[in-house]
Amino acid sequence: MTGGGRGHGRGGDGSCGCGPGEGGCGSAAPAAAGEAAAGAGAAGAVVARCTALMQDLRLGSVRAWKERTGGLAVGYMPVYVPREVLHAQGVLPVGIAGGGEMEIIRGDAYYQSYICHIPRSTVELGLDGSLDCLDGMLFPAICDVIRNLSGMWKMLFPGKLVRYMDVPQDFDPSMGGVFWRHEIRSLAEDLAARGARPLEDGALRDSIRAYNANRRRIRDLMELRRREPWKVPTHELYVVLRAGLVLPVEEHTALLDEYREAALADPDRRPLDQARVVVTGSFCEQPPLGLIKTLERAGCYIVDDDFVQVHRWLKGDVREDGDPVENLVRAFLEDSIAHPTRWIDRDRKGEELVARVRESRAEGVLFCAASFCDPALLDQPMIVAAVERAGIPWTGFKFSENTGQFQVIREQAGTFADSIKLWTGAQA
Amino acid sequence: MSEAQVRKDRSQERQKQMIAEHYRRLARCGETGEKNVYTYVPGNLTELMRSFHALPVLPEINALQSGMRGKSRDYIAAAERDGHSEDVCTYVKCDIGMKRSGNVGPTGERLPDPDLLLLSYTGCFTFLKWFELLREEYDCPVVMLHVPYQGDGVITDAMRKYVVDQLREKVIPALEKATGRAYDEDLLRENLARSAKAEDDLVWVLQSARNRPSPIDAYFGGVYYIGPIFSAFRGTEDAVLYYRELREEIEERLRLGKGPVTPDGDMGEERFRVVVEGPPNWTSFREFWKMFSDEGAVVVASTYTKVGGTYDLGFRHDPSRPLETLAEYCMGCYTNLNLPSRVDLLARYVEEYAADGLLVNSVKSCNSFSAGQLLMLREVEKRTGKPAGFIESDLVDPRYFSAANIKNRLESWFQMIEQKRSGGGGR
Ligand code: SF4
Ligand code: SF4
Repeated sequence: MTGGGRGHGRGGDGSCGCGPGEGGCGSAAPAAAGEAAAGAGAAGAVVARCTALMQDLRLGSVRAWKERTGGLAVGYMPVYVPREVLHAQGVLPVGIAGGGEMEIIRGDAYYQSYICHIPRSTVELGLDGSLDCLDGMLFPAICDVIRNLSGMWKMLFPGKLVRYMDVPQDFDPSMGGVFWRHEIRSLAEDLAARGARPLEDGALRDSIRAYNANRRRIRDLMELRRREPWKVPTHELYVVLRAGLVLPVEEHTALLDEYREAALADPDRRPLDQARVVVTGSFCEQPPLGLIKTLERAGCYIVDDDFVQVHRWLKGDVREDGDPVENLVRAFLEDSIAHPTRWIDRDRKGEELVARVRESRAEGVLFCAASFCDPALLDQPMIVAAVERAGIPWTGFKFSENTGQFQVIREQAGTFADSIKLWTGAQA
Repeated sequence: MSEAQVRKDRSQERQKQMIAEHYRRLARCGETGEKNVYTYVPGNLTELMRSFHALPVLPEINALQSGMRGKSRDYIAAAERDGHSEDVCTYVKCDIGMKRSGNVGPTGERLPDPDLLLLSYTGCFTFLKWFELLREEYDCPVVMLHVPYQGDGVITDAMRKYVVDQLREKVIPALEKATGRAYDEDLLRENLARSAKAEDDLVWVLQSARNRPSPIDAYFGGVYYIGPIFSAFRGTEDAVLYYRELREEIEERLRLGKGPVTPDGDMGEERFRVVVEGPPNWTSFREFWKMFSDEGAVVVASTYTKVGGTYDLGFRHDPSRPLETLAEYCMGCYTNLNLPSRVDLLARYVEEYAADGLLVNSVKSCNSFSAGQLLMLREVEKRTGKPAGFIESDLVDPRYFSAANIKNRLESWFQMIEQKRSGGGGR
């Protein structure tokens, strides 16, 4: 079986009686994927803390950190910035993932209807003062919307540090590498000019160690989810990763340990008859939590995804010895994921996703892109082709971060999960 | 027929012949063995490609030609049927649809498959994806030139070095391989010197719109004037001759005190002088143009005519620094400028060209142009005190050109300008 439809339907178009948020229309389906266990016990407590952090759009924890330490906090947009550099200079990197389901009052006046949602909610957060605790914002080169947002930010918030992070699309150390090294150095100088500590090799090595430790925990959790997805349901893992956008890395690492321990210790997390799927396409604008829950309730175990991808942009550890800036550069050039926002010059498109499907023993792929997302949607036909060549079933839909109705998606995902199970059953 | 008319005909005729000959050569590449390289308008390296005797093919130009010839609707539909999203740039879908429908170019002849895709990644993210998609279609070599964005509104030494290094180490070897010829820097310098000559004349023509009445329309007419220099002909003797003739023709119009040529002949009284930001719509180009010319509105400056180079800001290709100059050219293209620089440029146009206001034509396809335009509009309005107008359309997707809606909006905007002029309030 290939193809569950071409995926042109806009997510959330359907209507139903449920309000926006948590579960959306999933209420008719039985709670699944360990959801019953969530909310209770130690893991539930961690998840509740993380959810509160994620939903605190005014960044209370960042404000508290600043009061406590007197340090600078600098925001960054998806997908990747070298957070180690900020950390080494005593700056708190703060990942901004849009405004979710918040009401947009002023942001819409800045964007035409055919532009994705995350920039308008980000502008809204800037204008309503939610981000005023940030001393600056970094805009990585992932698409023209984020690129142009960097210029808008310069105009809207003239007192703040605003940097467009032009990540290289040339992956040769003598060219893209030299350029990226220069960008990193120049970022460090900008931060120092705002009062951060100057960048020093020893501190940067320590920061690399701290982030490696964090990434290792995350890789372990991903591995655990691939093996036993009922133990690490994605609606939990997602918020735990979101917390990592605002917490200092050491705190987040401790929290990951706490969550893992609690999830493993929970006897109520038992396997269900769900279809194993990889969700792809949501690396920038994030789907509402309700959508993730809807997919799980519709009968899917999400065994891999690209949510909150900053944590997983680098696939392995960054080297901890030698020249730390060079190590960050090399990690970017040689060990970052095959992503829709970067030029793929060697592998054929989609091969990495196919490999992820195989590694996670997924039975299908859900293309879940934000409406009007150029990188995801322009990429999709090539990835679909690769997935189809590999004989992997797929379906697709679009969402917006403020999608509040999930009935259409639930039906689509439910049908897809059922058909996968039937197919797998017939094969067995 | 006046002497001016004869000269005008001569420049137009020359452009037509240049284009026809170019596509003829492309169609015969299979027999003649001539090589061709696909690349984009912003950041095109025509002088370099031609120094390898390679013929440029510009997919955006093919797409806009398909739009003007009424073919884009079907091409886009074909691409969407094959799984391309309704949300993305219609140039890409038009191009892919054209390829799958036989790859017949604007002159009715088949375009050759590329010998090389030269991805000059300049000012638009979609370019990157577009050539990934074309690579799947053609299975041919691709070389990527990453042109850094002017995020801080400047070109730094590190940015220049990065581009020059890529040109030297990646692009030139790829061209050598694709064409079987060695890099000839002397030939490149000769091409660059010819480019600078043509650029001088183009800038003169564009700046002639500072006169009142303006002898040109710098948007609807402008897209014809930029044709040779933005596409396949920069650095050629033909382009030098074309721009010399064009300049003489406009000089003559100035002497005669004439306004621009419109779809209905010479324009009557110049009632409104406007600056336009954003690309035009191609599927109803004539109808769109008439909405302006019927009202006596002339576009005195536009940003679309800077996507292939911001020559009016002073840049000229410099044969004494061949690779550096190509790098600076790429980084200076309009959509590679940050938003504050774009606002500065627009405000400057409104002032320097004594315009009555700014109009934004926001095209659905193009996030590179469109994301942020509403803020730009407000900033320019604030700085110049002139009313700004806003319309929406698309480049080549006729589904997004609503003539009645655009006409209404334009009429209200023109009224607003008049009210403002007569001291009747405005905004
Ligand atoms: S959702 Fe997509 S198009 Fe929108 S800002 Fe993010 S990457 Fe860019
Ligand atoms: S997004 Fe804009 S600049 Fe890019 S190819 Fe499309 S129309 Fe051209």
